Amino acid sequence: MIRLDKLSRKFQVGNQVVHALDEVDLEINTNDYVSIMGVSGSGKSTLLNILGLLDTPTSGDYILSGINTSKMDDDEMAGIRSAKIGFIFQSFHLIPRLTAFENIEMPMILSGISPNERSMKVDSALEKVGLTDRADHKPEQLSGGQRQRVAIARSIVMEPDVLLADEPTGNLDTTSGNEVVKLIEELNSAGLTLIVVTHDREMGERSNRLIELRDGKIINDQRKP
Amino acid sequence: MKFKDIFLFSSFSIVSQKMRSFLTAMGIAVGVVCVIFLTSMGQGLQDFMVSQFTQFGSNIIAVQPGKTQTLGMPTGVHGTIKPLSFDDAEAIERLPLIDYAVPVSGASGEIESDTRLRRSLVVGTGADYDIIVGADTMLGQYLPKDNPKTPRSFAVLGPKMRDELFGNENPLGKTVRVNSQRFRIVGVLPPKGDFLGFDLDDAVYIPIAKFNTMFNKNGFQEIDVVHNENATTEEVVASVKRLMISRHGGEDVTITTQADMIETLGEIMDWLKFTVAAFGGISLLVGGVGIFTIMTVAVNERKSEIGILRAIGASQSRIREVFLLESIFLSIFGAFLGLIAGFMIINIALYVYPDLPIAVAWEYITYSVFISIFIGLFAGFLPARSASELDPIEALRSD
Ligand SMILES: Nc1ncnc2c1ncn2[C@@H]1O[C@H](COP(=O)(O)OP(=O)(O)O)[C@@H](O)[C@H]1O
Ligand SMILES: [Mg+2]
Repeated sequence: MIRLDKLSRKFQVGNQVVHALDEVDLEINTNDYVSIMGVSGSGKSTLLNILGLLDTPTSGDYILSGINTSKMDDDEMAGIRSAKIGFIFQSFHLIPRLTAFENIEMPMILSGISPNERSMKVDSALEKVGLTDRADHKPEQLSGGQRQRVAIARSIVMEPDVLLADEPTGNLDTTSGNEVVKLIEELNSAGLTLIVVTHDREMGERSNRLIELRDGKIINDQRKP
Repeated sequence: MKFKDIFLFSSFSIVSQKMRSFLTAMGIAVGVVCVIFLTSMGQGLQDFMVSQFTQFGSNIIAVQPGKTQTLGMPTGVHGTIKPLSFDDAEAIERLPLIDYAVPVSGASGEIESDTRLRRSLVVGTGADYDIIVGADTMLGQYLPKDNPKTPRSFAVLGPKMRDELFGNENPLGKTVRVNSQRFRIVGVLPPKGDFLGFDLDDAVYIPIAKFNTMFNKNGFQEIDVVHNENATTEEVVASVKRLMISRHGGEDVTITTQADMIETLGEIMDWLKFTVAAFGGISLLVGGVGIFTIMTVAVNERKSEIGILRAIGASQSRIREVFLLESIFLSIFGAFLGLIAGFMIINIALYVYPDLPIAVAWEYITYSVFISIFIGLFAGFLPARSASELDPIEALRSD
């Protein structure tokens, strides 16, 4: 479902060009569970942002579900982010002045879903992440693990095809980290394509496929036997 | 995203920053209050002035000596101005469309009864002046139709003058001294109020021939002309002008009609209201700068929120809408506060000073509300654009 052809992303820093991604070729299948590892600065986040259409490549092509994204305008990309892609981040990225319920509701508000349907879907997402009793809590009233579960609920409420997670356990203790990992793995079992950036080798090895980056290049690509 | 949802979202961020939103909106509110209060004062003043003119009926024109200079033309054809005389007044009154032509002059003088003395307005007039001021319910009568050049020494008092000099006594038949000359009181006018700063009620009315001798005047300040209700002002003015040119050998009088007066007045008042509205407009603009500043701050503070919205499916134009709408809400909220405060101030002012000439100038109030909305739009434009142009990844990183 995902294909990258000689995809590069360069950044101009002063008079120096940084190759965050350097002619990457990659294919990812539907419902796969992929981990991306590599030292800091190797291009993991850049890859994930491009996959999530938050960033665009300097050269090369990104084909998503058979559609070349390089010709899309901002509205089309926003539409795909809304309908097909879920994001979760290391630092949760919830809107602090909104409750858990409202945070989860937000993607549906943006795509114009009616309040009744929103309410039903938020409830079921909250149930999936086990936070039904925290619906009216603000992020500051929740623990790190709970916040990440709200973020997961928000990322799946639009029923996307792909879940992109950038070090989702990076800010969590082991116990809540494990809960979060278990939760997203369950979503993967239920049919979601899961791509996780991680520092944690143990977590990386749980996936079906482990890709290692260095200096913007794939240096290792292993499938579980 | 439905409008209602953007609305909820935008208004929610305003509500979550209550104090700041309130203060920002105050900027606009102050502007709206200025517009409401100042233009309402202007309107009230205008209404008041117009009512002052029109209380004497619309079929009155005034003939004054001297030609109003237009485009720097010299005064009078021969450079001289002939004073207005009794013969002029009589000739005007004999014109077919004219009912009355009454000479009028005014000056300040000392008016005494046996016990009291006042410095006030002395008006010299002819017999029919009571008709001009519409005095139909007099005590006694107005000055009698003597030979205008050799009238008897009769006087008529304004009601306030009567109160001041005679209290509750009936003054008819009593003597009043005007600048030491004795007059017998034959009537008291009903209350007529102020006319352009002159208190007609606090005046004494004497025959104009006596007035001219007393103040050593030659001619009249003006001749007030009442014309037939069926005649148009234009034809009356034309015929009076023709007459005066033939009598004086040139155009050396100014003829002022009610319409002229009201028009001139209206022009002055429009200017006043406009100026005052411009001041209000400037304060609205200042309010707009406030909104601009706060929106810029808000975009900076909410960078990470903008990044989040982009990540969960918002396009650039959606982000722009959210911030634009927020800015417009602030200004509408401000305008609303301003409307409430403005009307409260007007009502309080009217409660404390019931005579205050205030009339709500709705058109300017409507403008001010629309201008507020536009100001919100403009003030929010740049911040909203910079919000929409933020790089989402950059924005997410700024926690
Ligand atoms: N906006 C940017 N401007 C300049 N350089 C950037 C930018 N984003 C990323 N980079 C550079 O690209 C490289 C890859 O970054 P990143 O994808 O964030 O690495 P990782 O997530 O693996 O730590 C790094 O060298 C980083 O400094
Ligand atoms: Mg990273």
